This record gives sequence, structure tokens and C-alpha cells, in this order.
Amino acid sequence: MSVLQTRINPRDEDFGRNRDHMQAQVDDLRAKVAELRQGGGEKAQARHTARGKLLPRERLNALLDPGSPFLELSQLAAHEVYDDPVPGAGIITGIGRVAGQECMIFVNDATVKGGTYYPLTVKKQGRAQTIAAENRLPCLYLVDSGGAFLPLQDEVFPDREHFGHAFYNQARMSARGIPQIAAVLGSCTAGGAYLPAMADESIIVKNQGTIFLGGPPLVKAATGEVVSAEELGGADVHCRTSGVTDHYANNDHHALQLMRQAVARLNRVKPMGTDIREPVEPLYPVEDIYGAIPADARKPFDVREVIARVVDGSEFDEFKALYGETLVCGFARIHGYPVGIVANNGILFGESAVKGAHFVELCAQRKTPLVFLQNITGFMVGKQYEAGGIARHGAKMVHAVACADVPKFTVIIGGSFGAGNYAMCGRAYEPRFLFMWPNARISVMGGEQAAGVLATVKQDQLTREGRAMSEAEIAAFKQPILDQYEHQGHPYYASARLWDDGVIDPADTRMVLGLAISASLNAPVPESRFGVFRM
Amino acid sequence: MFSKLLIANRGEIACRVIKTARRLGIATVAVYSDADRDALHVELADEAVHIGPSPARESYLVIDRIIEAARATGAEAIHPGYGFLSENAAFARACSEAGVTFVGPPVAAIEAMGSKSAAKQIMEQAQVPLVPGYHGEDQDPALLKKAADDMGYPVLLKATAGGGGKGMRQVWAADEFDEALAAAKRESSASFGDDTMLVEKYLTKPRHVEVQVFCDNHGNAVYLAERDCSVQRRHQKVIEEAPAPGMTAQLRRDMGETAIQAARAIGYSGAGTVEFLLDEDGSFYFMEMNTRLQVEHPVTEMITGQDLVEWQLLVASDAPLPLAQDEIRLHGHAFEARVYAEDAANDFLPATGTLGFLRPPEESEFVRVDTGVRQGDEISVFYDPMIAKLIVWDETRERALQRLASALSDYRIGGTVTNLDFLYNLATCRPFREAELDTGFITRHGELIFHQREQDLQLDLTLAALSLLLYRQQQAASRNCLDPWTPWQSHNGWRLNEPHAQHLVLHCHGQDFPAVAEWLGQGYRIRVNGHDTVVQGELEGDCLRFELAGHRQRGTLAATDEGFTLYLPAGAVQFSEVRPDTGELDASGAAGGLNAPMNGTVVTLLVEAGAAVAADQPLLVMEAMKMEHTIRAPAAGTVDSFLFQPGELVDGGAELLRFTPDEEA
Repeated sequence: MSVLQTRINPRDEDFGRNRDHMQAQVDDLRAKVAELRQGGGEKAQARHTARGKLLPRERLNALLDPGSPFLELSQLAAHEVYDDPVPGAGIITGIGRVAGQECMIFVNDATVKGGTYYPLTVKKQGRAQTIAAENRLPCLYLVDSGGAFLPLQDEVFPDREHFGHAFYNQARMSARGIPQIAAVLGSCTAGGAYLPAMADESIIVKNQGTIFLGGPPLVKAATGEVVSAEELGGADVHCRTSGVTDHYANNDHHALQLMRQAVARLNRVKPMGTDIREPVEPLYPVEDIYGAIPADARKPFDVREVIARVVDGSEFDEFKALYGETLVCGFARIHGYPVGIVANNGILFGESAVKGAHFVELCAQRKTPLVFLQNITGFMVGKQYEAGGIARHGAKMVHAVACADVPKFTVIIGGSFGAGNYAMCGRAYEPRFLFMWPNARISVMGGEQAAGVLATVKQDQLTREGRAMSEAEIAAFKQPILDQYEHQGHPYYASARLWDDGVIDPADTRMVLGLAISASLNAPVPESRFGVFRM
Repeated sequence: MFSKLLIANRGEIACRVIKTARRLGIATVAVYSDADRDALHVELADEAVHIGPSPARESYLVIDRIIEAARATGAEAIHPGYGFLSENAAFARACSEAGVTFVGPPVAAIEAMGSKSAAKQIMEQAQVPLVPGYHGEDQDPALLKKAADDMGYPVLLKATAGGGGKGMRQVWAADEFDEALAAAKRESSASFGDDTMLVEKYLTKPRHVEVQVFCDNHGNAVYLAERDCSVQRRHQKVIEEAPAPGMTAQLRRDMGETAIQAARAIGYSGAGTVEFLLDEDGSFYFMEMNTRLQVEHPVTEMITGQDLVEWQLLVASDAPLPLAQDEIRLHGHAFEARVYAEDAANDFLPATGTLGFLRPPEESEFVRVDTGVRQGDEISVFYDPMIAKLIVWDETRERALQRLASALSDYRIGGTVTNLDFLYNLATCRPFREAELDTGFITRHGELIFHQREQDLQLDLTLAALSLLLYRQQQAASRNCLDPWTPWQSHNGWRLNEPHAQHLVLHCHGQDFPAVAEWLGQGYRIRVNGHDTVVQGELEGDCLRFELAGHRQRGTLAATDEGFTLYLPAGAVQFSEVRPDTGELDASGAAGGLNAPMNGTVVTLLVEAGAAVAADQPLLVMEAMKMEHTIRAPAAGTVDSFLFQPGELVDGGAELLRFTPDEEA
């Protein structure tokens, strides 16, 4: 394979500025995550532990194989969305290794609003279930939740992808042989009661876990019967009498050990149908990515500098290197797994789109996973290009990306604007995973362009009324639009709403992709079938 | 020379004797009890005869059965090994009556040395120097005390019939005398059915130096240098060496000739050992003579190049000694370490177990392992829990000692607690390196040997945490998988946008310590016991290389079912990982401590069943491996019933009695 050469000079003034700029964004991200990690705060945590319960992350650590990684998803979910802070949307989801197998893990955080389900809690849980279903990952639910957040019931209960869909997913996944295991470590009320009830196997902690359709207050209101939570739906009731749960645990640690044992006896083998090699670290220090990405988002950079710091041995066999050069396509390995990489190196032209479609088809044919490195302002516009059929060429690439049934992974490393987002496997194209760098921006078009378009429309309107805008007026008109696009296009805004699976440190890109690709190999890669390409 | 030899013993010594016999072309007959049906010595021998149930007093100590086995197999001679019947005059007599050669001294010599006080009288007459003492028949406690007062404290009380530390007490002051005497007498009469005591001047810093002698039936006698067995715990030898450090040619000759004088005084023949106390001023006193092959004989073999069992067999078959005194040459230095199933840190509590894993160090001209067990064998309650003798040799003491440390760190034993780390710490500690030996060595240097200093603690904890992390990594990597290089296999606790921290709880130095290890890209920052230490390392096989504050070092990590031992140049660290409490232990069981701490025999019940007792009140005495253990009430309460009666054998961990604590007020 060919080795990529770097042109980065770490002594360059720009390099230093770029590095500091990225470092500041990464520091901010880490600070945010450190804050979110505190869940509902010290007081709520103290109340939680006083009951002999482990904190959510302690539960997670005790469940995972010691020292193994945890690929947390949607860390920033619900960040600055609701009036009250709901850190992480009150649930931790992610992929981790349990008894040597990659599993999707769900941990309610009862220190955050009693672990109740906000609309984004539902969405985050649903997204994790989707990832589990697509990649055939066993689902492990550590339940400790008061059920739906009642004040927002209209955004939680009725729609297709709302709370009820979780149980639908459980049933459908179980039907497809994707194990569903639940441990009840706290309350599990009303609709939530179905989480363990729908599981293939369930565990409950004595004097701590409770499951009931209606809690004691509801029972009293409905029938006048006075009953304690433990009598109504404790471990003894469900393990000895009702049969809702299967395994009786003495405490959290015991429950988690029982869950590990349950995973260990699943009798599953990862279907490795792919040609793997021993991984080699990239030749160039990964931290140099910081200096390679211009602080000014409008400045171009060679995406090969990123590729060289992500792939094994910095080796990259480029495809059609001399054709449609604004899209870089090529074969490489990440952590030993073969991948096809599709990366933007400028605006998309007809040639680049056609090249991309060809390459994506090639990878689909060979069942090679695809990695999209997205930094795209869009397709080329203008009379010449429209006449050249750029929409037709763009459609070919979009079609190929939509129908390629190989695992697809998207990392937004810069801009993600307009139809470029579609062709480069944006969220709507259902990549298995989608991550953003902290410097990335996502919107229908760039803020400048949007403000420009709206200003032109406004000016046209004023012109018809015989008026004109001064430069200052135009600037004043544009500013709120620029601000809005900057705010809404920010990765935190996107991540808070689950438009991606997380914001990642650029230096972690290789590890995150390696973990995601490896996890995706739990599902066999199907044949791809393509439809009608507009020629 | 006889053509068939019966070995009236078991374990390593039986194997040891068989080895020499085989080399000399002598057929061998082993004897075995129920417990030893599949033992190594049985497998090695040409024939084997079952001689009874597992307890030694019903098998290995039954003279008639052994004589019968010799008769039935046509064995012409019997080698008694050490222990069991080796110094039993009745057995030697029975052999000769049955027309079988007893490989050992004449009956009269055994009898003469059998009683310590009689032996001393003989030696006194033969002008062998004795420690001042009272060896009289009159056992009036007042008289004994007066004798002690006269010779001045400290004094040593010893059972005349005793051995191996039983019925023995040090008395440091006059007001302790009566109590110590009563205890020693009690122990002695329980062990030997005889409570006759002798009183001796107790030397404060004496060394235990013994001389190996050999006599034949033709009037020849030689000494094969000496052994230093000063390092003892509870009068049990731990590490022996030959020659004794600091020995001069003159002193060796003096002691050797005195030893021969002693042997001649009792008409000795065969292998014998004359034990002396060597005082700091170079004067030495006769202690006792062992009329058998000693456990530690291999160190003498290593420095003389002789096979002492072969010598024994030659002498027994009436041949003259193979070498004259001036033909005996000493070369190099040898150590022997006794590897035991015992918990050194817990007062040397004997242990049992099945040796699920056993990998002795590789044998060579420098390293010898005398053992009677294989992987899968059991260290049972019935016999001495010795697993092996590790013997090393090299040109100098210093080099031999290095070999000892390295061989100890290569020894892998799983399935029971062992004293390997204790031996290692002993062998590597400064005073031992510098041969500052005396019989109080272990007590005096306990802190050093057991790593009880604060600076040890911090280092030990850090390295324990590092070792554990690296070991986990190694275990996970070795697990075969269809996806062998997956980053999911990484073990640095990788987390997204967060520090890569791992939490562990270590058990080390008898306490639990929570630790946090944060991966720094290279190495870990380990926070434990309130301190941060940055350390990096790798584990290759069992070799741990680590770097701490710019200092690169290496050690050996041994993993067993019990936990880990990390062998470092400065000593061994024992630790284990504390598993989280899953609430599966029955709380009442944990509170009691009313289970047998080890295998042993119940000696006395100190209260009646149904008695109300105070907290900490002694309830029951049990005895195991020459030590008494008192079981005390865990709290105020009532003893409901005893589950064993005095004299009964108990397995370690067995519930001894039922106890109900009082309801808390």
C-alpha cells in the first residue's frame, strides 16, 4: 500500500494557532462532559448511595469487563434543551464489552429527575436500540427509573418513536435473536415495567428493585388498598410469586455479576467474515490533527493529513486519484479492519460525485465498510454546472450511498451543509454511527450563504417598494441570521438533539472508528441492491 | 550390598532414598497409607505395600505392619527416612529380630540419645561441652526454679522426651517461671505422655550449627563439615546452609572432632548429626544428637559432592566409609529452603489443599528440588505440610544466595497458601545477606521480612496495582477470539472525552486499599493510600518490567488461586484483588470465627455446652502442627453445642461449635 506523506510543519505559526484553537474546543468539550458526569449533582448522588445503590457509572464499570473501553453515545443529549438541566437526558447509553462480547448498555440515572423519561431520553434510548438492532448487539438494561416525565407526556407517549417503541424494539430484536437482558436496580414503574417484562432474562435486587404497573399512590387512589412498594412489586414478589423476574440478586454488585453470567452463557460467536490484519499505528502523531485543521473554518485543508493520522500505518491506496479530485476515495485499514474512505477535499463537482458513486458501489460489492469524512459546503452551483447535470450526478452518489448496505460510519470534521450532507452519508442516510468534531458545523447551508440569500430576498422586496438598504442595514439584517446559524449549527446543539451519536475529540477518531467498526461486525454484511441510477 | 530395600517413610525423603537406591541397582519397596495410595513415592518404587489408614499412628508408625511388609516383599533392609520410626529404638530392635537390616545406628545408640537428659549425662562423661543446666530426675517445681535462679535468666525449659519445639519454653524472668513450667509440662504430657523437664541456660544470640558425622562398623568415623540452621521459627528450621558462614578451619576441626567424640561415646554407626549451640565468642555446646539422616542433609551433599544415602546404605551393608577425613573436600556454598504449605503472615498457620498448579524451578547443577508431590496431589491434614526442599549451590555464599532468591521467585504453587514469599523475603533481606545469623533471627527482623514499614507499603501498593492491571491485560489478550486485534480488547479503561480511569480494590499488607489508575497514554498515574505515583511497565510472561521515577527495574509476578506474589530484588509482595461484596456470604458465618483456622485436633473444650460466656472468653483449644490455637467467644453469648470432642481431627474451616450472641442491649 502507499504511504501518505505529510506536509504539516509543526513549527508553522498557523499550526500553533490552529492547535490552540482546537485544544480550546476540546478542553471545553471535556469540561462539559465532566460536568454532565455528575448526573443530578452531589445531593442527589448522596441520597442515591445512602440507599446502598451504586451510582450509574459505578454500575457501568462493575458490569463491563475490567479495563475495557466504553463507547458512550449521545453524551450531550438534552444539553441546554429543557428549562431544567437534564444531564445526559438522564440515561447513559453506549457500547461496552461484557464477558468478551460487545453489548449495548442502557443505564438509567436515577439521580437525574428520578431517572424519568424526557422526550430526549426516549430518543436517546431509541437511538441506542437502533444501533443495537443494526449491529446485532445484545441489549443490557440497568433499570432505575420513575417512568415517563409526566409534564411532557405529549412528547413522550403517543408517537411512533415514543416510549412504547422501546418495547416494540425489544420484542423485534428478541425475535431476531438479539438478546435482551434487564436488571431492575430501582423503580420500574408503569410503562417502564415492561422493560424487564419484555426482556429475555431479568434480574432484580432485593429490597431495592420494584416493578409495578401502578405504584402504591395510584393503587390507593384507584382501590383504596394500602400497600408498600416492596409488597407490591419487590424482588420476592416477582421472583417467588409473579414470575416477572428470573434471578434474585442481593445487591447491585450481585445483580451485575448475574448479568455478566447471563451474557457469558448467550452462546454467540461474532461472525467475522472480513479480512483482518494486525493493526499498525499511524506514522504521524495523532495530536498533529489539531494543528492541521485551520482555525478559520473557511480555509481549506488537505483531508489526506487527517486520513494519514487515522489509518493503519498511514497507508492509503487512493482510487481515481487524478479524477474528480475534490473527493478523495481510497482503501485503508483502521485497527486492522479494511475500510473504504470517502473524504471531501473541496466542493463536490459532477466528476467527484460520479467517482464517489463508483467507489461506494465498489465497497458495497466487496462488503468493505465505508468511512465518510465530511467537510462539505455543498455541490457546485451555477449555470454551467446545472446544465452539466450536476443534480443528476449528485443523485447518483446519493443513491449509491443510500443503497450501499455495508456498515457506514460518518465523521463530520468540518462543515456539513446542504445536499453535500446527503451525499456524504448524513444522519438521514442511516450510517451505523455518526460523530462530529467540536469544530464542525451543520446546517442546510452556511450561515453566510443563508444570510446572503435572505438579504437578497429582502433587498428585492425593498427594491419593489422603491427602497434600498444601506451597508449597515444589511449587516444589521444579517447578524441575527448569522447568530442563529452559528448557534443551531454548533455540534453541541446538534448532539443535544441526537442529530449525531456524539461529539468526539479529533485525536480519538481512530479509536472511536475502530470500536464502531468492530462492533458493527457483530452483524453479517448483507448483499447490497441498487435501484435506478439516473445516467 | 542388599538387593532390595524397603523405605519406611513417605513424601520427599522416600523419593530421595528411592533415587539413590535405583542408581545403585537396589530394588525398592514403598509403603503407603490410604491417603498415599497414589503418592509419588509409591509411583517411583518398584513395589508398594499398603500398611493402613491415613493417620500415621495407624500406618507409618505401626512397626508390625512395616516389618510384615518387608518380610512379604523379601526386602533385606529398611531405610526409615527421618521422622516417623527413624529414631525409634523398638523399631530398630524389631528389624534386627526379623532379620532385616535397619539402615541406621545400633539400638543402643538410639536409646542413648532418645532421652535428652540421659544423652547429656553421657556427653558430660565424654567431655563434650554442655550448656549449663539441670537434667535431674527430681522434678519438684521449686527445685527446678532454684536451678533456673542459680544459672540466671533467661533459661530454657525443655521436655526431656521432646523434640521439634514441643514442650519448650523460654523464661526471661523469675516471675514467669511457674506459668511457663506449667504450660511446658502440659504440652509435653499431651505430646509425649511424659512431663519430665530439664532447665538450661538460655544463650541470647546463639547460632545453631550442627556437624554431620558418619561412622562405620569398622571403627572409622569422619565429619562432613557443618550446617548452619540458625534461621528458625518456633524451633523449626527454615533455611539451612553449609558451610556455616564465618567458620574457621580451626573451629571446624574442633567441632568436628568433638562431634566424633560424641558419636564414639555411644558406639555410633551410620549417619548422625551432632547439634551445637555456637555462642558469639566461638564457644560451642552440645545440644543433642540426631541418630538419623537430617532433613537438611542435601546442603552437605552439595558442598562435599557425596551422596549421604549411598553412604548410609554402604555402612548398613558393613562396607567401610568411602572416604577418610583428609579426603573430604568442601567446595562452594549451599542453601536449603523448606517450602511449606503454611500462612507465614498468619503466625505460620499450616495449610492444606490440592496442588492445582505446580511448577518448580528448573533443576540444574545449581538447583535441586527434593519433593514428594506432583501437580494435582494433595497436602493433607494427616502429614507434615512440607511441599519441597529447594536446594541451591554455587561457588560463593553470595552467588548461591542469588540463586536461591531467583529459584524461589520461579517456584509456582497453586491451590494452597505457601511460605514462598516469606522465604524469598528472608533470603533477600540485608541481615541474612550479611549472614548476621542467630536463632532469634526471624523474630528480630520480623518487620523487614514481613514488609511492615510505611515506605514499603506505598511502593508495594503501587506495584500491586500496576501488576494487576497488566495481568488482566495479559489474560484478556490470551483469550482466543475470532476478532483478535479488536480495540475492544484494549485495557486502559478507555472512555470518550473523559480520563481513562480504572478502579480497583487491593488487598495488601492485611488491609483493603481502593486504588484508581489513570492511563496517561504511556503508563499510569496510580492513586492509592492518599498518594499519586506515576509508573509504567509491561508484563511479558511472568516478568514484570517497570519504571518508577526514572528507575527501571524488573520483578517476577506469580499468580495463584490465592492471589499474586510479586518478587522484587528487595523482597516479595503478596496481594490480591478484592472482589466486590455480592452479599452472598451469610452474615452470621462471617461474624463467628468459630470455625477451625486449619486442620488439626481438638485438644480441650474449656466451657460446657449451654454455658453463657463473655466476649473473648476462651472456648476451645485445638492443636495443629505443633501449635496450640485457642478459639474465643466473638461476643458475649451462649455456646449452644460443640461439634467435636477432644481428640477428634478437624478439617480447616469446619464449624467447631454453635454460638448465639446475646441480643444487643
